[in-house]
Amino acid sequence: MSGTGSKVNDFVVRLATVNGTGSASANFLFAKSIFRSGVFMTPKNIFPSNIQGLPTWYEVRVSEKGYLGRREGIDLMVAMNPQSMLQDVKNVRPGGYFFYDSTKPLHPQFKRDDINYIGVPLMELCNKEYTDARQKQLFKNIVYVGALSALLSIDFDILVQLLGEQFKGKEKLIAPNIKALQMGVDYIHAHYKYPLEFRVEKRDLVKDMIVVDGNNAVGLGAVYAGATVLSWYPITPSTSVAEAFADYCHQYRVDKDGKNNFAIVQAEDELAAIGMVIGASWNGARAFTSTSGPGVSLMNEFLGLAYYAEVPAVLIDVQRTGPSTGMPTRTQQSDVMEAAYASHGDTKHLLVFPSTPKECFDMTADAFDLAEQFQTPVIMLTDLDLGMNDHVSEPFVWDDKRKFKRGKVLTAEQLEKMDKFGRYLDTDGDGIPYRTYPGTHPTKGAFFTRGSSRDEYAVYTEDSAAYKRNVDRLLKKFNTAKEVMPAPHFYQDKNKSKNALIFFGTSTYSAEEAMDLLKDSEGAGEKVVLDAMRLRSFPFGKAVEEFIATHDKVFVIEQNRDGQMRSLLMIELGIHPEKLISILNYDGLPITADFIQKQIKKTLVPAKTVSAQ
Amino acid sequence: MTYIRPTFRHPELPKNKLGYTLSYYEGALSTLCAGCGHDSISAAIVQSCYEMDIQPHRVAKLSGIGCSSKTPAYFLSNSHGFNSVHGRMPSVATGAYMANRDLIYFGVSGDGDTASIGMGQFVHAVRRNLKMVYIVMNNGCYGLTKGQDSATADMGSKSKAGSVNPFESIDLAGLAMELGATFVAQSFSGDKHQLTPLIKAAINHNGFAFINVISPCVTFNNNPGSTKSYDYVRQHMETTGMMDFVPIAETIETNYSEGTHKEVKMHDGSFITLNKLAQNWDPTNKVSAMNALHAARAKSEVLTGLLYFNAEGKDLHHVLNSSARPMNTLSEKELCPGNDKLKGINEELM
Repeated sequence: MSGTGSKVNDFVVRLATVNGTGSASANFLFAKSIFRSGVFMTPKNIFPSNIQGLPTWYEVRVSEKGYLGRREGIDLMVAMNPQSMLQDVKNVRPGGYFFYDSTKPLHPQFKRDDINYIGVPLMELCNKEYTDARQKQLFKNIVYVGALSALLSIDFDILVQLLGEQFKGKEKLIAPNIKALQMGVDYIHAHYKYPLEFRVEKRDLVKDMIVVDGNNAVGLGAVYAGATVLSWYPITPSTSVAEAFADYCHQYRVDKDGKNNFAIVQAEDELAAIGMVIGASWNGARAFTSTSGPGVSLMNEFLGLAYYAEVPAVLIDVQRTGPSTGMPTRTQQSDVMEAAYASHGDTKHLLVFPSTPKECFDMTADAFDLAEQFQTPVIMLTDLDLGMNDHVSEPFVWDDKRKFKRGKVLTAEQLEKMDKFGRYLDTDGDGIPYRTYPGTHPTKGAFFTRGSSRDEYAVYTEDSAAYKRNVDRLLKKFNTAKEVMPAPHFYQDKNKSKNALIFFGTSTYSAEEAMDLLKDSEGAGEKVVLDAMRLRSFPFGKAVEEFIATHDKVFVIEQNRDGQMRSLLMIELGIHPEKLISILNYDGLPITADFIQKQIKKTLVPAKTVSAQ
Repeated sequence: MTYIRPTFRHPELPKNKLGYTLSYYEGALSTLCAGCGHDSISAAIVQSCYEMDIQPHRVAKLSGIGCSSKTPAYFLSNSHGFNSVHGRMPSVATGAYMANRDLIYFGVSGDGDTASIGMGQFVHAVRRNLKMVYIVMNNGCYGLTKGQDSATADMGSKSKAGSVNPFESIDLAGLAMELGATFVAQSFSGDKHQLTPLIKAAINHNGFAFINVISPCVTFNNNPGSTKSYDYVRQHMETTGMMDFVPIAETIETNYSEGTHKEVKMHDGSFITLNKLAQNWDPTNKVSAMNALHAARAKSEVLTGLLYFNAEGKDLHHVLNSSARPMNTLSEKELCPGNDKLKGINEELM
């Protein structure tokens, strides 16, 4: 076995399956059983833009230390897909294991001398046991989970318990599933030495943590934030945001008469989706939409209008790779620039960057507050990795004392006392004017909403001075937001290095691990200590500016080709390009810690050390 | 049109039941061309709201972009208005309606705004049976960009510059009917007596009320050879029948003889009364209404008046099973499930 360090509670299993064969729930059962053993695990779906028949992979990393990023080096490949088998054999690390269906002998082309083979005649076992073709397929998945549990020493009782939860209400299905698991276990026990040298040992590491995907957390967050209107258009990887919101609404938002305290419309396109959000927000409801990069492109025009007309809007952008079909089921952080300056003319938008499901939940609630406080669009940038993959996360918490921040909205009583209402007057000197909802007062507070050609009283004008006053006030409002937006997270109380690391969103998992690797690097290479900051919002406040100012070299880790966050930092803070060094991963797969640490060492450590690796 | 409007109002101007005079329903001065059909439509909206004793602040008026979309500034200055982006008024109206089902929604659009750039949103607003009055001020051309043909310009119609439109036109009223609009009417900006009761009935309708109003562009499309000129429309108008709107609880007074009179009951017990009916036309029968529309079109005539009406349609909120109370009035307590529920959710995810 080569020195990848794979051992107890520290290994990677990749399951290669065909999509549409029911493998997803079996794979989740496998991953969840590790979590229930009290050990950290992180599953990643690598799937095609397709419903049935194409290769799909499910990769589970197990980590005693709690590293939740992706890791290179596959210790155990579960090869259930003949279509991808050649590639799958190649991807096993030397000394690793290749698990396959041995009903038919393995073709010599799949043979390697430096890996171990575990054959289980899955089809044969299922053919003997089941008659129905679909059952044979579905139970084959459960049989391999059983075999894996034996190889990796996963407690059988945990699997039984999980099946009980999964088939609650359909108890008839529990016994046959347990039987299938047992078939897998028995075969391993009879034919192989078990467990493997890397395996699961029970721990009490995950405590009260939960397993959930980011999209689910966003949907739940929107329910807690009081969103009542959702309009959306189906697009991978954001669709499950709308589905989660709808599911939670049906659970928690139906009144005693059976009527819905929410309204959801599947729009005809993304243009209409954001239009409905703007119409609803203008009318005083909390409204949102979820989409991905192509949808944000279509929403650009409306986002500009909302910025100028000062209408709140919450937009969830679950980022993905590229336009059209092909890579939309792969992850990226490539909408940073698109979101920051969406639309024509002088526009900039408030952005938040969650990195965990818990933060998806919290920041969704924050996004509604911020959108209404600042009367402007707020775009949350998550990504496919965070949105669609399950993550081990801190549990959700809601402070029951928390009140929605609805911003400066005048009531009928306040209007009654007013002499003259000016929709776009900067009464408080923070750039944020007062708004009224339609229908508030019989004679006061009505105004005409339009783009930019109006004065402080919302009266039409094409006067240059009035236009300039307005856009300058919008900038002032934007600056006011800087210190109200979610603050960055720092990894040190006091700076201790002249070099630093900046990252955001899902790059966080691997960035944190890379810092540890650099600090503890064994043998080859020098120990590298870096200060680090995780960005959580845009525009950047003072703390971000100071952090960069007090370091010589700052690495900016992101998952796009052009270093978009780096550009944004340069543009908005006027930072010299030489100071900011990009670390970029943009192949559609989540960034890894190993990749980050190598990139950093290349820059910071003398060349001969690097070549020794 | 720019002029100084007198601020003096006669102290004994008649008032409606709310104590408001007609002028209370007016808006800012129109900046459209003198004689623009759109101003007549604005006036009919003002008249309708005045006569129906509508609280202006209970109205929201929304529009897209173009000459027509400027008009919401010229009526109901005590209502909130939203001049959105080109062709996207339907989505803004949909969102507004989702948030507050209790307001009266006027969507004002033009033929470019609805039949070209906004076609996608228009058809879906119709399908959803949004409770709103959707008025297209249809002049067959792009006025604000100086007279290009629009998609409702009839094939063969001649523009001011002399070019002949080679493309088939889009019949918005027929399309709306096809897509399931539950109130479809057509009118002419020069016929306020027909337009005002249509608007009143549309306001009272419990669903999507579409009125396609031919509204000649005096500057760019009022020339000989145009099929959207004042002269052409006056000569080619065929009417389904004289009509009136009778609000609930009012008695119907009619001067028409038996056989030419029809009453159509609305969802709330109000009536639309139709007189001097066109032959072979039943406004509550979609097939009959479509036939009448096609027959007129075959004769190069513009069929005006109420074309089709269905009081049974279910509006969007009915379909969505929404709370009877507007979404924007629900309290935090009703909307936020609280931390206890969250504990249960966490447990399920462990």
